[in-house]
Amino acid sequence: MAMDNSGMEKEKTLLEKGFSSIKHTGDVSTPAGDLSSLEIKMRVRDLDFYYGKFHALHSITMDIPEKRVTAMIGPSGCGKSTLIRCFNRIYELYPRQYATGEILLDGRNILSPKEDLNLLRAQVGMVFQKPTPFPMSVYDNIAFGVRLYENLSRSEMDERVEWALQKAALWKEVKDKLRQIGTALSGGQQQRLCIARAIAVKPEIVLLDEPCSALDPISTAKVEELIDELVSDYTIIIVTHNMQQAARVSDFTAFMYLGKLIEYDSTDKMFTNPVKKETEDYITGRFG
Amino acid sequence: MEMTQNSKDMTIIRRGNAGQILDFIFANSTRICAVIVLLIIFAMMVSLFIGAWPAFKKFGLHFFISDKWNPVTEEFGALVAIYGTIVTSIIAMLIGVPVSFGIAIFITELCPIWLKRPVSTAIELLAAIPSIIYGMWGLFVFAPFFGDHIEPWISEYLGGIPFLGHLFSGPPLGIGVLTAGIILGIMVIPFMASVFRDLFEVVPAVLKESAYGIGATTWEVVKMIVLPYTKIGVVGGVMLGLGRALGETMAVTFVIGNADRLESSLLMPGNTISSSLANQFTEAVGQMYTSSLIALGLILFFITFVVLAVAKFFLLRLTLKEGQRT
Repeated sequence: MAMDNSGMEKEKTLLEKGFSSIKHTGDVSTPAGDLSSLEIKMRVRDLDFYYGKFHALHSITMDIPEKRVTAMIGPSGCGKSTLIRCFNRIYELYPRQYATGEILLDGRNILSPKEDLNLLRAQVGMVFQKPTPFPMSVYDNIAFGVRLYENLSRSEMDERVEWALQKAALWKEVKDKLRQIGTALSGGQQQRLCIARAIAVKPEIVLLDEPCSALDPISTAKVEELIDELVSDYTIIIVTHNMQQAARVSDFTAFMYLGKLIEYDSTDKMFTNPVKKETEDYITGRFG
Repeated sequence: MEMTQNSKDMTIIRRGNAGQILDFIFANSTRICAVIVLLIIFAMMVSLFIGAWPAFKKFGLHFFISDKWNPVTEEFGALVAIYGTIVTSIIAMLIGVPVSFGIAIFITELCPIWLKRPVSTAIELLAAIPSIIYGMWGLFVFAPFFGDHIEPWISEYLGGIPFLGHLFSGPPLGIGVLTAGIILGIMVIPFMASVFRDLFEVVPAVLKESAYGIGATTWEVVKMIVLPYTKIGVVGGVMLGLGRALGETMAVTFVIGNADRLESSLLMPGNTISSSLANQFTEAVGQMYTSSLIALGLILFFITFVVLAVAKFFLLRLTLKEGQRT
């Protein structure tokens, strides 16, 4: 029993640490706490999602603010990854998965069958849980996506690759290894390579699906710093299991449970004064 | 208390010993199995070499470049059979590799789910058909059709091309080197297609997703992600198909025409090493005839070996290059 208590206490202090390091990346004049005063990049309306007969998302409605970090938290299987997989329609690669409702990106419904999926995915980039470098050189990993949309000269492409790697805080480490195969980098470098690859095509939204879950603490810190940097140009949506991470990097947090959006508000309100009891239970670790 | 502790220790030790002995037996029995393979290869090479020695001694290097195959005067040369073997295999690969690729890519990337199983099953069934049935079908159905409808067209339109035209001129006989190559191509497709399919299926879904995730099309994903990721296996699969094409006997014997003359045209009958062996071994009289046939067998062994070695070397260079590209 005594053991249990000390464990809980440890968790509590950890959580407090998380709160204390909440950062605001938005400018001071527009407090992150007010969604209505912000530009809305993406509006999700009554989104339902099905894996065959399994009803995975129930009538999700939320607004994603432009050039802010929005975090999705919730226990495994709550539908947070499913939700962001709707935002670039990557789920369509698989049979019997479908979504109903509306997702408006700058007012355009991306769930419409007329939507050009390749262009949508250029606009909405995605980074996955595990680093997924392509089986080609570091340079080509970045150039791959760019070549799909733009016809750049050799020197322009060199510039773009350097720019993306600089943005992803990876340039210094790999500038002498550009011709080496991407899979030879370390795990943390691979993940930043994937982020560089995603931003090289200059998307408007970057979806991060648990980007740090396979990384060590130092690489995690680097990726988090990177998110802070990127948010001045991009709208970022991050799925995370790590509540401290959500508290550290995000401006807004959505708590999901069993396929429903339970609560969605500014991150400091969510972590200090949540309205719903489920949210409070989850973030204080009293869940289940 | 002490007693129980002691006996416990004893059992642990004894169990440890039993495990060690079992491990020893296990390790050595697997080693014996592996050594047997080496012994078989070695024994085969030795016996082939001994059998072929009289022919090599009599004809020397001339055996490889002579196109004479005359059992009556006992003059033998392997060129016709070597040429036929290589050319039919090349034709088979030219047909088989692209078609197998298409099948595998369709099944893994594009196929609607309800069609996936029927197509996969059909391919497996195709692979299970005995080669003699392919031969019969080739002789009774395909060759007459080919001779009546396709070959006249080939020799009319392709026969006139300078240089290449020689390959496609000649009477439309139906049977011949080209027909054998096509039948071989059909035969290697199920093998290669299922190998490719299995390979493409192990490409991690996340890798494909991330390529689709930056807006790549299916073709771009296949070309830039799936093929580079699976290239070692793909080369292996091609080699498997090539190995089968080089050694295939019955189907080829049915449709190739079995002529021991060197012809420039693919429409003319020819011979391969394995079809020569199948046709002539029963009637081979005299030491030199038999020895020459065995020498053909040794050459086939050697060709397959070289093909395999070249493939390994190629892969090795590919891997080395990747590590060094700085």
